[in-house]
Amino acid sequence: MNFIVELRNVADAEPYKVGRKAFRLGVISCRGIRVPKALCVTQDAYETYARSTGLIERISLELGRKELKDIRWEELWDASLRIRGMFLNTAMPSSLVKKIREPIEEMFGDRKVAVRSSATDDDSPVSSFSGLHESYLPVQGIYSILDHIRLVWASLWSDTALLGRKESGLGLGQGTMAVIIQEFMAGRVSGVVFGRHPSHEDQAVIEAMDGHNQMYADGIVEPARWIIDRMTGRVLAQEDAVRSRLMTPGASGLHLEKPSSGMTRDSPLSGEEVQAVYRLALKIEEVFGTPHDVEWTFCGAELYALQSRPTPVMYIRERDDMRNWYGSMSRSFEDLKQLKIWLEGELIPEMIETAASFSRTDLASLTNDELSGEILDRTATYQAWERAYWNYFIPFAHGMRLFGRVYNDTVRPPDPYEFMDLLRPSDLLSIERNKRLEYLAEQVRQSPALADALRCGRDTLDFPCFNNEIKSFIDTFGDLSCNSPASNRWDESVKGFVLKLAFKSNAAGQPSIDSMEDLEEYYLSFFPEQRKPFARELLHLARSSYRLRDDDNIYLGRMRSHLKASLGEARRRLAGRFPQLDDTDIPRALRDPAFNPVQEEQPSEEDMAYRFRLSARQLIGHPAGSGIASGTARVVREGNDLAEFNAGEIVVCDALYPDMTFIMPLASGIIECRGGMLIHGAIIAREYGLPCVTGVAGALAFIKSGDRVTVDGYLGIITISDP
Amino acid sequence: MDFNTKEVKVIDPQQITLQLKALFSSQGLAVVSTNDHGQPYSNLVAFASSEDLRFLVFATTRSTRKFSNIEEDHRVSILIDNRTNHASDFHEAMAVTATGAADEVLGPEKDALLKAYISKHPHLEDFVMSPTCALMRLKVDRYYVVSRFQHVLVLSMKE
Repeated sequence: MNFIVELRNVADAEPYKVGRKAFRLGVISCRGIRVPKALCVTQDAYETYARSTGLIERISLELGRKELKDIRWEELWDASLRIRGMFLNTAMPSSLVKKIREPIEEMFGDRKVAVRSSATDDDSPVSSFSGLHESYLPVQGIYSILDHIRLVWASLWSDTALLGRKESGLGLGQGTMAVIIQEFMAGRVSGVVFGRHPSHEDQAVIEAMDGHNQMYADGIVEPARWIIDRMTGRVLAQEDAVRSRLMTPGASGLHLEKPSSGMTRDSPLSGEEVQAVYRLALKIEEVFGTPHDVEWTFCGAELYALQSRPTPVMYIRERDDMRNWYGSMSRSFEDLKQLKIWLEGELIPEMIETAASFSRTDLASLTNDELSGEILDRTATYQAWERAYWNYFIPFAHGMRLFGRVYNDTVRPPDPYEFMDLLRPSDLLSIERNKRLEYLAEQVRQSPALADALRCGRDTLDFPCFNNEIKSFIDTFGDLSCNSPASNRWDESVKGFVLKLAFKSNAAGQPSIDSMEDLEEYYLSFFPEQRKPFARELLHLARSSYRLRDDDNIYLGRMRSHLKASLGEARRRLAGRFPQLDDTDIPRALRDPAFNPVQEEQPSEEDMAYRFRLSARQLIGHPAGSGIASGTARVVREGNDLAEFNAGEIVVCDALYPDMTFIMPLASGIIECRGGMLIHGAIIAREYGLPCVTGVAGALAFIKSGDRVTVDGYLGIITISDP
Repeated sequence: MDFNTKEVKVIDPQQITLQLKALFSSQGLAVVSTNDHGQPYSNLVAFASSEDLRFLVFATTRSTRKFSNIEEDHRVSILIDNRTNHASDFHEAMAVTATGAADEVLGPEKDALLKAYISKHPHLEDFVMSPTCALMRLKVDRYYVVSRFQHVLVLSMKE
């Protein structure tokens, strides 16, 4: 097997062995186009590594846990993180190192290089697959190069690559990867020429910026742009960029700097240089017979092609989508910092105020018409916030992911979720609420008379202190019934829960506390001095992301509660006319006394009958909280189910929302249908040290309250005992 | 309030039965386990299934240990799987364990099951038609269906 091919020989190799990117670079190099010196580590090297270390099968097992259609993107991200962890912690066999090390050292010595992916399924003309995999630059020294080859291999399994394969209907387990080791070009000006305009076939586009291209790829700065007539080569339009920063290579990666005064001229390219870049695109088009998008850089006066790919057939209409050329669906660090400012400074306060304004309305005093209007208003407002939640808050969760990735790449821990220990804040609203509940439970433990009153359902007027605490708790956190219509009295659910908490037999949980300072120091010790500020800033961002992931749900939950309260009031008024009514029919039913909604017929039991009865003995999900627990299942579908929750039970739900997590101190395990390590169930499980399995697709279908279940949080397995 | 519980899609039992039929027709051999005086005892046999999946059949001479074991204790389990003996089996293979009570098929019920058996294993016609050979039938109570390494569903026969 040939593990290394020099670029000048790549054109003679099978494209499959070297990947399309390397193959094209080899071809254009042979046709006289200037490209950086390079070697290609063939896909044989990847295959040898992945097979001899058993990684191929470990990956298949990881991705084969569920049917592809049942895997959510969050689960794909988790799978990708775990797979990346496997690559980080699996060394190359020494026989392979021996074969590739010498030619790399011989060609590059201690010079800086770019380590680029060259996947065999990358960049085909009809695919939107381009740029799904990763490149690293600048990299220096043989050990670092070997290390980054593994990281590029791991990117074959990045979340964007997996998502791309899922959406294009390919099997997740498909793919192989070659790697290009390319001399690093510290360009004076860099950019991309799009051989054909995304929406105008007769035009080409050049984008350029001072310094290195990576800032462009990350979308950190806007490039200058030229629109060119493909027929004549004439510049049709030019947009200058505002350049306040530029990216330059440093000792440990690329750094943002302020440009020198000489660099603040209006255009990073002269007219002649624009034409040279355009001619480069034409020349490459001539070689391959189809327009190409080419990443280029000027080193001094010399123009280099760094990589190229055919302009996609199915193109991209929006300007922003062009960044998909670089394939990152992830938000950059800079982007997330801006998002944080906006979320914390504007959206969250607005959310709180909206919820507060709802609470000021006395629903009982409204006429039916007014109540109808109030419900419509609350529904529209809630839906708008729900959209905002999906559009802005969920993407901000990428802050945690970005941190997790940097942490794992830098620290290389055996547990790919170790980074979450650093994110545990002390001021989560849900944690604060649970501390207050524990305080109330302690009062009950200390006072047998109070406990007795609660057990017998007597009022607690003789315990004014306790009563005031309960009232204050409800004012702050709600009544724990999650506004279920059947909750009888505002304080009963809290008192009932506090009694259970006071005398729970198991000691499931108080959040575990490690020394945060030690953890921080350990994390920072892996960064060189000049990278420590970045490491701190990223940690800060990730903590905000972690906290908001919890708090935003609480705030959204408050709004949902207010909406439900208005619907509850309406149902109470309409109970005589309509025993059952859909939420959407309620506003009209309030306004129109003659309204009579048609009830759909339910399919009869008989239609659903089969000759077989299907049950589950064992279900697979994702291990999200280590440990093992056996207990009685409590299926939670609505707020009322929470009131039934008993100490030692295992909560089974579609998704664990923050306003449900007060039951955690009573629970002995968590089973969630929704998958992901950064969802609430997983976060809270880690917080309380509870065994947790997420992404159990059939949990609600197969598990009933009262079933005896075992949660294996190490392996992600749920076992349901025979009844 | 409800917790946005989505419509839960229960896996269709019909879908599982189709998977079982496909597995049974793709495999010729199965492992039969019987009770040999308290000691589990396993054998490889050529098997077939009835169209409605209620029965699995196999043939054995009456002098075998498994035959006498079944005469003593009708409780039997049969394992059918599509392993290839590669590591990929752990995420690709399917294994089904059928449990129930087994006995020799005699009388009018025998014709249809014999036909199904010979049609699947024509080379065993002489063997199964021998007077010394018994056509055994497992009346299935349950199928334990294992896929994806650890995913275990149970298909129980309704009475």
